[in-house]
Amino acid sequence: MSEAPALLVRGLSHDWGRKPTLRDVSFSVPRGRFCALLGPNGAGKSTLMSVLTGLIRPAPGVVEIASHDMARARRAALAEIGVVFQQPTLDLDRSVRANLRYFAALHGLGRKIADARIAEALERLGMAERADERLRALNGGHRRRMEIARALLHRPRLLLLDEPTVGLDAPARSAITDHVHQLARDGIAVLWATHLADELHPEDQVVLLHKGVVVTNGVVRDLVEDRSVTDWFTDAMESAA
Amino acid sequence: MSALSAATAIATRELARFVTQRERFLAALVRPLVWLFIFAAGFRAALGLSIIAPYKTYISYETYILPGLCAMILLFSGMQSSLSLVHDRENGAMRLMLTAPLPRWFMLGAKLLAGALVGLLQVAAFLVIAALFGLRVPVLGYLTALPALLLSALMLGALGLLLSARIRQLENFAGVMNFVIFPMFFCSSALYPIWKMQESSPLLAKLCEINPFTHAVELIRFALYGQLNLAALGWTALAAVVFFATALWGYEPARTRSS
Repeated sequence: MSEAPALLVRGLSHDWGRKPTLRDVSFSVPRGRFCALLGPNGAGKSTLMSVLTGLIRPAPGVVEIASHDMARARRAALAEIGVVFQQPTLDLDRSVRANLRYFAALHGLGRKIADARIAEALERLGMAERADERLRALNGGHRRRMEIARALLHRPRLLLLDEPTVGLDAPARSAITDHVHQLARDGIAVLWATHLADELHPEDQVVLLHKGVVVTNGVVRDLVEDRSVTDWFTDAMESAA
Repeated sequence: MSALSAATAIATRELARFVTQRERFLAALVRPLVWLFIFAAGFRAALGLSIIAPYKTYISYETYILPGLCAMILLFSGMQSSLSLVHDRENGAMRLMLTAPLPRWFMLGAKLLAGALVGLLQVAAFLVIAALFGLRVPVLGYLTALPALLLSALMLGALGLLLSARIRQLENFAGVMNFVIFPMFFCSSALYPIWKMQESSPLLAKLCEINPFTHAVELIRFALYGQLNLAALGWTALAAVVFFATALWGYEPARTRSS
């Protein structure tokens, strides 16, 4: 029997007032896969992320996280998700460690386990000696990496990132993109929302969202053929318009 | 256990934030002290007070407004923590809290309790200063007032929570504060007994009587003298439950289409 996907979305539709934002969106992301949710601004990516994180409540049977229905078993589903929001969600006047401890506690980790995982995460990021610095002292790239490390503290099966490279310079953007691709290779499922096609790697899955509809769902290498990813994205948007 | 650690974390964050904002603490203390030592000094002659429960003798005007000022601190503190919720929503921290694997009512309840504790700290500091200047209540009163202060803090914090569910932007907050704080404070028994108000306007006296803030003030007033005002307790508790339930409804997430 095959393993249940880390994320399964079936026939998701949502309106903001009279304006349909998502229309019959369906796709799945298996374990160990980097899936890019690609679309221009206003395609519905952030709304989709809000549904996947339970901030907008989906109908039963529409969103499953590691077999847990977000509508029927919200807490079990949320326990399997790590989220990095588009907008940083950090207390800039508290230390790196305090920020990580706060998150760990929200996810029910005891102090001992939390401290061990925090130490491990900071070591991995090369930030162990900065644990007691205020976050305000860190640059944008470091803050983002810390947010990613934070989202992994409770060892989720699915990592959701909503435009995580917005506002970062090119080297930081590339470092973070590579870092998260590595996380996927290590076994976690990743859903990476972006409007920047150059962040995709050939082996990634891509779900192309346009005006709330999934236009394409496949592996980047198979879809782009002999074009660059950016050219393919431009062509796909033109034919969808 | 996991719920407890989450609640503790929320409380710690709230306290840490309060401790680092020294200006906020100072402002919270200066405001009631100005009322107590300046306003009360000027008004004591103008406002003659008869003997009313729970007092057994004639009292100074400062003694009369002490419970009202405790409630005022809690009112400002409740609004302040609601302001911090609007801020949390704007900077995304609210999302972090609402995507944790715990029930929404629990997370908001923990936030409410944390805010109430911050309010209690401010009241404690105020009562210490008042006592240093000779304005004291019976020693046991400080203890019996504690649950009354906590319930009042929860009720006023829940009102703040309710407002924060509806206010989307920080800029709109100042206006709402003026519409809530001042009418609530002035249309209550905090600064003058309701019978005084009755002399000038029966309608205003009626409004004072139904104002939940009046009940919080009276609950605290009686508790400071080791007495229980059952009606005030009932109304304050009811208001707390109604405000919190409405706030939860306000924080209820949007839903997707079911088909």
